[in-house]
Amino acid sequence: MSSQDIPEENVPAERATDDHAEHGHGAVAVADEQNPFADPGLPPHEHRIQDIDERAAKRSERLVALLFVLSMLATVGFIASYVAIPNDKSVFIFPLGHISALNFALGMSLGVALFAIGAGAVHWARTLMSDVEIADERHPIEAEPEVKAKVMADFKAGAKESALGRRKLIRNTMFGALALFPLSGVMLLRDLGPLPGTKLRHTLWSKGKLLVNMNTNEPLRPSDVAVGSLTFAKPEGLETDDEDFQKEIAKAALMIIRLQPDNIKDKQEVEWSYDGIVAFSKICTHVGCPISLYEQQTHHALCPCHQSTFDLSDGARVIFGPAGHALPQLQIGVNAEGYLEALSDFTQPVGPAFWERG
Amino acid sequence: MKKLSARRRHPLAAVVVLLLALAATGGLYAAFAPAGKAQADETAQSLGITEGQKLYSVGCASCHGTGGQGSSDGPSLVGVGAAAVDFQVGTGRMPAQQPGAQIPKKKVIYSQAEIDQMAAYIASLGAGPTIPTKSQVSPEGADIANGGELFRTNCAQCHNFTGKGGALTHGKFAPSLEGVDPKHIYEAMQTGPQNMPSFPDTTLTEKNKKDIIAYLDAVNGDDTESPGGLELGGLGPVSEGLFGWVFGLGTLVAVAVWVAARTAKAKKS
Amino acid sequence: MSTTTTSDSRSSREKAPAGERVADWADGRLGIYSLAKSNMRKIFPDHWSFMLGEICLYSFIIIILTGVYLTLFFHPSMNEVEYHGSYIPLQGQLMSEAFNSTMHISFDVRGGLLIRQIHHWAALIFLAGMFVHMMRVFFTGAFRKPREVNWVFGFLLFVLGMFTGFTGYSLPDDLLSGTGVRFMEGAVLSVPIVGTYLSFFLFGGEFPGGDFVARFYSVHVLLLPGIMLGLVVGHLILVFYHKHTQFAGPGKTNNNVVGMPLLPVYMAKAGGFFFLVFGVIAAIAAIASINPIWAMGPYRPDMVSTGAQPDWYMGFSEGLIRVMPGWEINLWGHTLVLGVFIPLVIFPLVLVAIAVYPFIESWVTGDKREHHILDRPRNVPTRTAFGAAWISWYFVLLVGGGNDIWATHFHLAINSITWFVRIAFFVVPVLTFMATKRICLGLQRRDRDKVLHGRESGIIKRLPHGEFIEVHEPLSQDALHTLTAHDQYKPAEIGPTVDENGVERKVSGAQKLRARMSEGFYGEEGQIPKPTVEEYKEITSGHGHH
Repeated sequence: MSSQDIPEENVPAERATDDHAEHGHGAVAVADEQNPFADPGLPPHEHRIQDIDERAAKRSERLVALLFVLSMLATVGFIASYVAIPNDKSVFIFPLGHISALNFALGMSLGVALFAIGAGAVHWARTLMSDVEIADERHPIEAEPEVKAKVMADFKAGAKESALGRRKLIRNTMFGALALFPLSGVMLLRDLGPLPGTKLRHTLWSKGKLLVNMNTNEPLRPSDVAVGSLTFAKPEGLETDDEDFQKEIAKAALMIIRLQPDNIKDKQEVEWSYDGIVAFSKICTHVGCPISLYEQQTHHALCPCHQSTFDLSDGARVIFGPAGHALPQLQIGVNAEGYLEALSDFTQPVGPAFWERG
Repeated sequence: MKKLSARRRHPLAAVVVLLLALAATGGLYAAFAPAGKAQADETAQSLGITEGQKLYSVGCASCHGTGGQGSSDGPSLVGVGAAAVDFQVGTGRMPAQQPGAQIPKKKVIYSQAEIDQMAAYIASLGAGPTIPTKSQVSPEGADIANGGELFRTNCAQCHNFTGKGGALTHGKFAPSLEGVDPKHIYEAMQTGPQNMPSFPDTTLTEKNKKDIIAYLDAVNGDDTESPGGLELGGLGPVSEGLFGWVFGLGTLVAVAVWVAARTAKAKKS
Repeated sequence: MSTTTTSDSRSSREKAPAGERVADWADGRLGIYSLAKSNMRKIFPDHWSFMLGEICLYSFIIIILTGVYLTLFFHPSMNEVEYHGSYIPLQGQLMSEAFNSTMHISFDVRGGLLIRQIHHWAALIFLAGMFVHMMRVFFTGAFRKPREVNWVFGFLLFVLGMFTGFTGYSLPDDLLSGTGVRFMEGAVLSVPIVGTYLSFFLFGGEFPGGDFVARFYSVHVLLLPGIMLGLVVGHLILVFYHKHTQFAGPGKTNNNVVGMPLLPVYMAKAGGFFFLVFGVIAAIAAIASINPIWAMGPYRPDMVSTGAQPDWYMGFSEGLIRVMPGWEINLWGHTLVLGVFIPLVIFPLVLVAIAVYPFIESWVTGDKREHHILDRPRNVPTRTAFGAAWISWYFVLLVGGGNDIWATHFHLAINSITWFVRIAFFVVPVLTFMATKRICLGLQRRDRDKVLHGRESGIIKRLPHGEFIEVHEPLSQDALHTLTAHDQYKPAEIGPTVDENGVERKVSGAQKLRARMSEGFYGEEGQIPKPTVEEYKEITSGHGHH
């Protein structure tokens, strides 16, 4: 009980009297002349209609039974729907729209079957079971001082018998062993994946790779790309059914737009473009969403995930949002057959920044 | 502060507070509501018909110039093609009513015949995309699944998975594609209205466009099935979360109130 | 009560009913009678807000039941397959086996869609329930001694629930969840020094690789739920052991608990409530679609949809990442991606802020007593104001996380909302704190007036000299007791720094801080003194009341 006592000067004293006042059930305390705020004790129990009127109780009983029967019917309905309704049947139910008949029937029948059981049980408890409030005593959680003393003595005896404190060599080597062995577990995690190396710095693009239109799977010619249009491209040779397609497109995805050459403000952007056609990485430099909400009048590209905004007419620099640097540009040209080609890989890593990016 | 607290019991205090609150709300809205002028498009190409020209000089010339050469209030229409006119006027975007971040679609004020005449006139000013034919935009014979892939590559980033629309910068937005005439979707892809980039046939073929329209018809048409029930706007986790809180947790709390409430006591007689 | 076995039960075994014989058998091995003695008629108080935890418990059970069913059909594999199921708009598309099997569950397993939707809706409700339950515990001070450990258990359940949810909705490998996983990769990459390595170990190489679905799967179905199950059991054992808290009222003291017994009333009410919760969630799954992966399509790292958000409970982290300015520092060939890393650090801090509050409060009050009577939020203005400020902070971040949806639905500019959230992140919690504290103090004043002057009866009386007054009715003793039952702390004082011998006493910085905080909590600005018996007597006896 020690810490149950009031430990600090700032704890009000009045609580003590409240705490130890005990009130029997239904004992209406006579208004205390000394303390009008005293606890009057539990109010006397009042009867419900069901307690005094057997007809009302019967009504409750019937309602509870009815709910349980309803649940049984709903379960039968569930089984019947499962058997009878085809999986692909669609129905129109206002205001839900065109929905799967089976999903609706199964869900509603299951819902009713379960809800009715619950409602029945709760109605039963609320109207027919006793509603006399009972007060249960609480007991302090912490142990009596004698118990604590016994435990401390036991512990001391045990500790002494183990000689852990005396034989330091055993103690220290045991701690050492226990501290070291988890390292084996850490080691085992090593093969979760390969080391990064320079993988994040390279994409499939390289000199001479054609820019292949994602829509048609055909290489692009400059004349295909109109001013104000938006096209997505992948490097020649990468097909959607390739085993590492996902991994490669995650870095190589390209966004191609065409600007009036005199609208381009950034000098390097002009140099790396071909006749106003510019190719930027489609992967946002923030956390890697494919950024492609291109506004052809403002030349802004917005990322749908976190709203980083890039000015594609000005070296794709960040003009709003959480991205930290511009979208990498791919240097492009035209090969002898007149197709757009890459003149090198991206010169900086595409996608989100990372520690080694520099 | 004493003066203020003395006056807050004044009978008119509530009215004053209300007015201040309204003014603040309005001011905040004005501050946040997107401003700025929208531009119509400036895409590229030509034909001519006199009725169209008459309609043009009454309804359009004040902004786009008497010969479609454009002015400070509206871009040049030389070379935008019939498709652009059919889209802009046919969806009610033109004639524009008030400046804003973007010109929204409105009630169409011209008949299709009048629109066609204006389209013919504009097309005569310079060659541009033509109005697609019925068979070009009909979902028949299209590859829906391929359309889906194309939609997710080219369109979903602005218009959402199934074309419910989405936000762009500074109050601009990609409109919902629900209930939009396939012809207008086709024209929009071809001409790139306002800030939408164009997807000309050279990069997104006629067949591709047909596939996309068929996909949209399948996932966002009048008879599109939402097997799971209410679509909740097709907006994803935000509306799902709101529904879960309001109807899911809300219902359960209401049930909990019933479970825990005291049963009515018999009246004392 | 059938909790005691008669001593001659051995001789009358043949006559005892079958149930009793089974119970005897079990008692001989498990000692169930002693267990039942203290628990069978355990008392639980009735209040709707005490059932919020039950909503969580039951939705957790529902999630486990439906989750086990889903594992029977789900293939946690990222092998590419071509779709040939019954959903037309994806025919022939390449997708991972995970996506394919989720499509199979949704369209080709009868009832599969329903179970998937129950699972997902129950998850949203589980987290929402935990949030509200936590707030109930917070605002009523139910976290005070002896329940601090249980507060921590509950908090851990909330955090683990968030991550179980995240790993769960990422499993189908659809375009929306894949975008979320990509975001996670970007966030991991931003960690200084080890980020790249962590990312490669997590994804088995470069993103997306072919491993993360299988890895998330074992985390989602085994590791996290296993820990959560253990915590839930511990949480419930502690609830039983501590006995439930109750609100102040006549007959309710710190040393008792007033309510209905477990058998039969709470057995029926709590048991019934499980079915009610399950029924409501099943009906919601019948009515409303959730996570329609067929509409989103399979994940491809070069595709995205606008309106890409996580489930609601991750929304505040989405808000953090969206409104953060794009800071990036390049030094000595290394990049510090503050624009991503700072939100990644604030993310746990938002949660920790609410989790550590109880310990701060107990340090400030220095109160070591057990508390079983709940506070009315108004009677602890500083705590209530802190909680409200925290909720407003959380809500501001949720707004930030959905800024594009706000923009389209309220015709606002995304950039303005982002700026609003950037400022509101700092300003709104402060304003909420101040406003809530004032409201609490106002309510305390009203309670004080009610106790001293009685209840406004609405009856207007004209006095002989012409003045109109409203008649105030004195409160019943029940109400007087309930309104004055709460404790009021006095602010802690450091005391004289120089003792009677003139020797200076050392006062540590922590002590000074504690005294200052205590003054803020319980000083004149922090609470309205509750009426004393003397005040009451003076008013009621002396001047009559008006």
